[in-house]
Amino acid sequence: MAPPAFLDGNAAAGDLELAFGTDMTMASGRCAGCGEQMMLAQTHAYLGGPGTVLRCPVCGSVLLRLVRSPGQTWLDAGGLGHLRIPAPA
Amino acid sequence: MSVVSRGFRGRARDARHTLPPGQYETHGFPVLSAGPTPRVDLDEWEFTVTTETGDRYSWDWAQLMALPSRTPTVDLHCVTKWSKFDTVWEGVSLDVLLEDVETAADHALVRSYGDYTTNLPLEDLLDGQAWIAYRFDGEALDPEHGGPARLLVPHLYFWKSAKWVRGIHLLGEDEPGFWESVGYHNYGDPWREQRYQGD
Amino acid sequence: MARAAVPRRLGDRLSWKTARLTDRREESSAARTLGFEVPGWPGHLAGQHVDVRLTAEDGYSTQRSYSVASAPDGERVELTVQRVDDGEVSPYLTDELAVGDVVEVRGPVGGWFVWRPEQTEPVYLLAGGSGLVPLMAMIRVRRTVGSRAPFRLLYSVRSPEHQFFESELRLDSSGLDRTYLYSRSTPAGWPRPAGRFTAADLAAAGWPPDFEPTCYVCGSTGFVERAAGLLVAVGHHPNRIRTERFG
Repeated sequence: MAPPAFLDGNAAAGDLELAFGTDMTMASGRCAGCGEQMMLAQTHAYLGGPGTVLRCPVCGSVLLRLVRSPGQTWLDAGGLGHLRIPAPA
Repeated sequence: MSVVSRGFRGRARDARHTLPPGQYETHGFPVLSAGPTPRVDLDEWEFTVTTETGDRYSWDWAQLMALPSRTPTVDLHCVTKWSKFDTVWEGVSLDVLLEDVETAADHALVRSYGDYTTNLPLEDLLDGQAWIAYRFDGEALDPEHGGPARLLVPHLYFWKSAKWVRGIHLLGEDEPGFWESVGYHNYGDPWREQRYQGD
Repeated sequence: MARAAVPRRLGDRLSWKTARLTDRREESSAARTLGFEVPGWPGHLAGQHVDVRLTAEDGYSTQRSYSVASAPDGERVELTVQRVDDGEVSPYLTDELAVGDVVEVRGPVGGWFVWRPEQTEPVYLLAGGSGLVPLMAMIRVRRTVGSRAPFRLLYSVRSPEHQFFESELRLDSSGLDRTYLYSRSTPAGWPRPAGRFTAADLAAAGWPPDFEPTCYVCGSTGFVERAAGLLVAVGHHPNRIRTERFG
């Protein structure tokens, strides 16, 4: 059986930082699906496809989808009940 | 403007085929996924067409296998810029599956095992353009590539060819799918390079 | 540290920069350490990674993420790359890229899988194969800054020929506790037979959970799943376990 195709949320750090303007791996959020609280670094990241997908490590729900086209960035973080972003140090 | 790395070619490519704009040929078969690979037992597998009035038409695995199959050889064009030529599949044409379905719908929303969805006009599923494919290169379709069965609709970017397909909802109103709702083009014609909304 | 911690909001940190190969050395039969000069490199933290972009003559372009192996050292950045035989990028980097050639890099990125010199708690590093690379950056930074934070390393590797940084680790005099486990073949006379690591291996090489160490786990997905699962099973709190899978 092939290994799971995900990496740690950590691996999405570059694209997330480009979208948010600050390091997001230490940002924390709550899964709207199961209520689990976690840092984005602890999520499961599916990369290399059309966009970046972060999923809850507990229930597998989609937390965040990020798509970057040459001219725009699209973000759906509707799977996160909230997102707490530390102020840049 | 990117800096060229001397001697870097990426995977072998050649110019025998005509590529859609912005595409590069690959001889591999990259696996791209937006979520975990669902494991679907053939005993429990089911494919369902649901119409805009709520009528349902279902096939289990044995029923799907009993339908006449085709073995199309097609080119694949992924929006992440790889194209793969002359791939050989086996599957059941949507013309066969939709033959007896009564509907006035113009739109289709394809659903997968897992939470993936993708939308396309119903007419793009008809006239020999789309299949429920269950064999690739003579072998049972690997779960990584969408097995037991995936939609194959090769005239559109490959994200429309939903892996692990479980059903199609026929709709009066268009409903954007997993990637179409976050910036990807609603239709996705590789020859018109319709990658993102606005292209 | 040769350079202060990374400025957090350096405007162009995430723009692509040209990196020129200045030197390369063999790390194992299938791995090379590549030294790059990156004008404008803002410095990095131990454990951070960079995105590397390669572009072919015909415009084809692809990118991958690699951990930085070196401690911060001005505009010099070292990456240690393991060749994946059917890979698209790693064989080019390990076998083709010559001194003077260029790639593009973006970063550094990531603030979670890092060790900062201010940290004083015990640290348990668990590396599977080439997952040693970001942990080596932590070992190097700890030595460079003269940190007294106690470090223990568990390094699981297929065979002695696949071992990275062997002499540097052997000669390390900074008080790093090292345990090597071989999964396929061992050096002659090695006390532990080759095989997958167990809960007992993991407990023997590391710190008891009540020391509250921060655990850094890096390796293949299979290695990380297993190691993190065993750490939790022996009583380490999930919030003190940081993981980095490399697919």
